[in-house]
Amino acid sequence: MNLFNKPAHVLHDMLINKEITAVELANDLFARIDEVEGEVKAYITQTREAALAQAKAVDEKIARGEEISFLEGIPGVIKDNICTKGVKTTCASKMLENFVPPYNATVVEKLNAVNPVILGKTNLDEFAMGGSTENSAFYPTHNPWNIDCVPGGSSGGSAAAVAAGTAIWSLGSDTGGSIRQPAAFCGLVGLKPTYGRVSRFGLVAFASSLDQIGPITRDVTDCAHVMNIIAGYDKNDSTSINAEAPDYTKSLTKDVKGLKIGLPKEYFVAGMDADVEKAVRGAIKQLEDMGAEIVEVSMPHTEYAISAYYLIATAEASSNLARYDGVSYGARVEGTDIVDMFKKTRSEKFGQEVKRRIMLGTYALSAGYYDAYYLQALRVRTLVKQDFDKAFEKVDVLVTPIAPTPAYKIGDMVSDPMKMYLQDVCTVPVNLSGVPGISVPCGFSDDGMPIGLQIIGKPLGEETLIRTAYTFEQNNEFHKSIAPLREAK
Amino acid sequence: MKITRKDVENVALLSRLEIPEAEVETYTGQLNAFLEYADVLTSLDTKGVEPTAHVLPLKNVFRADEVKPSLDRELALSNAPEQENGYFKVPKIMEG
Repeated sequence: MNLFNKPAHVLHDMLINKEITAVELANDLFARIDEVEGEVKAYITQTREAALAQAKAVDEKIARGEEISFLEGIPGVIKDNICTKGVKTTCASKMLENFVPPYNATVVEKLNAVNPVILGKTNLDEFAMGGSTENSAFYPTHNPWNIDCVPGGSSGGSAAAVAAGTAIWSLGSDTGGSIRQPAAFCGLVGLKPTYGRVSRFGLVAFASSLDQIGPITRDVTDCAHVMNIIAGYDKNDSTSINAEAPDYTKSLTKDVKGLKIGLPKEYFVAGMDADVEKAVRGAIKQLEDMGAEIVEVSMPHTEYAISAYYLIATAEASSNLARYDGVSYGARVEGTDIVDMFKKTRSEKFGQEVKRRIMLGTYALSAGYYDAYYLQALRVRTLVKQDFDKAFEKVDVLVTPIAPTPAYKIGDMVSDPMKMYLQDVCTVPVNLSGVPGISVPCGFSDDGMPIGLQIIGKPLGEETLIRTAYTFEQNNEFHKSIAPLREAK
Repeated sequence: MKITRKDVENVALLSRLEIPEAEVETYTGQLNAFLEYADVLTSLDTKGVEPTAHVLPLKNVFRADEVKPSLDRELALSNAPEQENGYFKVPKIMEG
């Protein structure tokens, strides 16, 4: 029936108008998964039986004449570092290969309350450490726009599934760009909310002061709807913001007249791909033509952000990942004594990138280096944040590229971690500062790979981001383009 | 060189990781590549700049000390590599 390439809001209307049933929709997605998942490899775990039961329950509700809410019966997927009770949550790591959480993350509880159809759990870089999903301990995920390319990461499975039509919507997590960059690489909309806007309870911790959960969707309308479900205060997350979440769908208006858009020159870095620069500059020109005022701003500490980010994120990771010791959950490899057991477990079950980051973080926190690296990184974090504070005194939002290049070939960067880290230049300052950022499709490279525009907002400024992104989207056709793999054969 | 083989062996020990001899060189090179890049950071004057560990102005978050339902013991143990009589079981720590 080819329902798999439609956005959630269209499918929701079709369900209400009884043009389709939730079971038909689920079966359409299963057929699509059977057709293309072998090439894309977006999933780690599929939950078809439960999905079908969820779909049947929604159909019964519709048959009884009851109203259904937005995501009811709409198939989606969840990144495999978000805990799902009774369903394996692996973090794409051998360490958690057989881990079955005894509880749900708060976002999963919130989703369950509105009866979506959950198709499964998606692939990622191990413990969300990476930008290409090649660091998965199981297999890399492929980009539906060109299966030789990476889908981005670390939420690469969540993005690839939506782009391939093997899910309608997804949840990802973003520590340094892990929602926005794969959304950009796969031609989708990805939102990293303000730090604390969405509960982190049940999100397996990578870098606790930077991690946020957010949606990856086909368009801005779906993004607003999913945010309505997952945003809000949670007493189980002491870092969640105790402020009521607005109705984000009210921001789906086409209007940027008088909006002040800041253009930070430091984000247009040397070595940026020409197609990316052209698409982003073109998008900025369009926003200006729609009535926005473009203001050049300077954010002088941008060049320090990658160093500060990698020191802080790895320091937090080295502490967070200390819990994987073969005792209370996760894998264990027997040793000659308990310390040997710790070492063997961690050495055999963590992948190389995870070990590299644990060691870097441990080094940055260790005696003699703490002041020079970790503490200095925290001071620079203050300066990076002040750049945003100052910019937002003058403008409402900032507009930048998401990444210096479109999706690259699988294998191109794996041998050079430093080169890979430099790809995060436009996204990590947003996490360091805790502000929200959205990725919205703004063009294609000459060889047909999607390019994303980043819009950055003030703390709790998601509504302005959604309005700006929606206005841009509705004046273009990018979000209607379908990954070649997705065309019905 | 910012970080030597010996440093790498030391952080591996602190991290409870065993790095095979053949890989120590690779990790040393990769960690050096990053630390040399991060030189840009250590040369920045940050005198008088307060560190930011967390973006939210949160201090201690308190709640009332009330007894509430908690995770069932069996469930809490369900992922344990080894358990006995309702406890996590680990290799012997004390001699004798």
